[in-house]
Amino acid sequence: MTSPSPANPHRSWYEESARGRLSHLLDAGSFSEFLGPQRRELSPHLALFNLPRQFDDGIVVGAGALAGRPVLVAAQEGRFMGGAIGEVHGAKLTGLLHAARQMKRDVVILFDTGGVRLQEANAGELAISEIIRATVQARAAGVRVIGLLGGRAGCYGGGSLIAGCCSALVISEQGRLSVSGPEVIETNKGVEEFDSKDRALVWRTMGGKHRYLIGGVDLFVADDVAAFRAGALAALDRPATLDQAVLAAEQARLERRLARFGDAADGTEVWARLGINQPTDVPDMDLDAFLTIANRQREGADAAR
Amino acid sequence: MENLRYELSTTKPAGGTRATALVGVVASGNLEVLLERGEAADRCVIDIATPAHGFADLWQAVTADFAARSAAGGLRITINDGGARPDTVALRLAQGVRLMEKPE
Amino acid sequence: MQPAEILTSLFPAGHQVTEEAGLLAGSGQVDGQTTVDVVGITGKTYPGVDEALTLAGRILAIAARPDPAPLLFLVDSGSQRMSRRDELMGLSETLAHLAKALWQAERAGHRTIGLLYGGSAAGAFIATALACGELVALPGAWPEVMDLPSMARVTKLSVDVLKEKAATTPVFAPGLDNLFATGAIAEIWDPAQPLSEQLKAVLARPAAGDDRARWGLDRGGRQKAATIAQEVERLALAHG
Repeated sequence: MTSPSPANPHRSWYEESARGRLSHLLDAGSFSEFLGPQRRELSPHLALFNLPRQFDDGIVVGAGALAGRPVLVAAQEGRFMGGAIGEVHGAKLTGLLHAARQMKRDVVILFDTGGVRLQEANAGELAISEIIRATVQARAAGVRVIGLLGGRAGCYGGGSLIAGCCSALVISEQGRLSVSGPEVIETNKGVEEFDSKDRALVWRTMGGKHRYLIGGVDLFVADDVAAFRAGALAALDRPATLDQAVLAAEQARLERRLARFGDAADGTEVWARLGINQPTDVPDMDLDAFLTIANRQREGADAAR
Repeated sequence: MENLRYELSTTKPAGGTRATALVGVVASGNLEVLLERGEAADRCVIDIATPAHGFADLWQAVTADFAARSAAGGLRITINDGGARPDTVALRLAQGVRLMEKPE
Repeated sequence: MQPAEILTSLFPAGHQVTEEAGLLAGSGQVDGQTTVDVVGITGKTYPGVDEALTLAGRILAIAARPDPAPLLFLVDSGSQRMSRRDELMGLSETLAHLAKALWQAERAGHRTIGLLYGGSAAGAFIATALACGELVALPGAWPEVMDLPSMARVTKLSVDVLKEKAATTPVFAPGLDNLFATGAIAEIWDPAQPLSEQLKAVLARPAAGDDRARWGLDRGGRQKAATIAQEVERLALAHG
C-alpha cells in the first residue's frame, strides 16, 4: 500500500467530496464528465418538497484512467441529500453501465449513499433495479464493475444491493455496508434489537472491518485516497465472471457462513469463531495489525460473488 | 423555493480562460456555485435558488459586495443554496473566481 | 385473490405447489404442453438471510436444468427483515445473490415472471419482484418503497402533507397505480379472467430487454430516466 509522502500527502477519503475523490483517484487530467453541472439536469421532483437541487443531482459520471487503464466512473456525493438515489441520479449510473457493456469498459463506482431518495422513492427504487440489471449484464460481457466504500453516508439500502452485484469491493474502516441502517432497525424493532447510538455496535455489525472479516468485501484499505487508488487497481485485476458456477459457489459460501455463524449474537462472537484470539481488540487494531490477523483468519469470496 | 436574480456592474473583468468552474455542495449550511462566462466584461449576473424565503436583502448585500470587490466581470453565476450563511456565500464566490483563474 | 385461488386459476391442468415457512415451491401445468416452475414468498413474510438463501438455492437449481421451463415468482411479502442478525450475516449480499440467481435463470433460458399479488417493499421488492425479467400484478397488490407513516417520520412531514403531495405525482407514494405509472409493472391482470390465459399471453411474447424506463416515460410517471440514461450512454460511447 502507498504511504503518504510529500509528493503524495495523506488525503482522507471520508472527508473528501465526490469530485475531490475522483480528481485524486484518477490519473491527473484524465477525467471527462458526462452530463456535468452546466447541463443543469436537475431533479424534477425536489421542488414539490421545497428542497434545494444540485446540478449533478448528487452523482458525477464520466470517463478517466487509472494507471493508464481506461475506466468509466461514477461518484456519489454523500453530502447532497445523504447521497440518496433519485430519478436523474439513478439514470446517470444506468446509462453509464449500458455504455460499459457495449464498450467492454470496466466501471468504478464510488458509493456514498443512504439508499433510495424518499421524495422520489418509486423512481429511486426502479433505478436501483435497472442499475442491478445493467451491472449483471455488463459483467456477463466480461466487464469488471468494482465498488469503493468509505464515504460519510455509508452504502445503505438499495445502494448495498447494487454493491452486492459488483465483481469486487474495496472498503475502509469508515465504510458501512447494510440494507437497513441502524436508525431504521431501532425504529422498527426497538432499541433492544439495535441501539443506533451505539457507534461501536454499528461498526461491529456493518462496518468495514466486519465486512472484510466475514467475506462481504474483497479489499480493506486505509482511509486515504492513494490507498483507495491502489485498492481499485487490485480490484480491477479480479475476475468479473458471473455464471452458474460462480453463483453456485456463492450459494455454498453464504450457506456455510450461516451454518457457521448464524447463531452468533454479535460481531465479536463471529470473529472469535473465525479464530481471532482477542476479538474485542479488533476495532482498535491499526491497519497493519488488523490486516495481518484478518488475512490469516477471514472468510474469503474467491470464485464467488 | 425562492429564485433571485442580480445583474451587477463590475470594475474588473474575470481572469483566466477556463469556461466553467464549480465550487461547493448543496448541503445544510452550504451551497454550490456554478461559474460560466458570456456576460459583458463590465457586468456579472447572479441567479440564486434558495429554500429560505425572505432573505433577499442579505443576498443583495453579499452579491453587491462581491461584484464591487472581485474580478467578476463577464461571469454568469448560478447558485443552488442549501441554507448557507452570508459569510459562507462570500467564501464560495471568492473560491469560484479564484478557480476560474486557474488552468483547466 | 388468495394463493390457492391464484394457483388454481394459473394451473387449470393441475399444480404441485406447496408452502413451507412462508415460501412457495413446486410447479404447475398451464395446459397440456406447458409446465411452469414456481417459487414464491407468501403470507407477508419478511425475507431475511434464511429465506433469501433458500429461494436463491431453488432458483439456481432450476437455472441449472437444461429444459427451458418458465419460472413464476409469486410475491406477497413485507420488506426485508430488519434485524441485527440479518445485517451481521450480510443481508445485502444475500439479497443481491437472490437477484443474481433470478437473472441467471432468465439467462439460462428460464423466463422469470414475477406475479405480485400482495405486498412487497424496499429491499425485498428489489431482490424479488423487481428482479424478475417481467413483473405483472393483480389488483389489490400493494408494492411500496416505504409506508407513508415511516416516510413521514424520516422526512419530518405529516402524513397529511405527504398525501397532499402524493395526489400530484406518482413518483414517491406506495401503491400499485404509482408503481405502474413509474414503469415497474408490465401489466395488471384481470382476476375475472383465467390467469392461465394471461400467463400464456405473456409467455407468447418474446423476452425483451429492460423497458421499464420507457414505460415510465410513456405512462408519465418517470419522464427523465429514459432520456438521461440514453444521453449518458451516448456521451460515453462518443467519448470512446
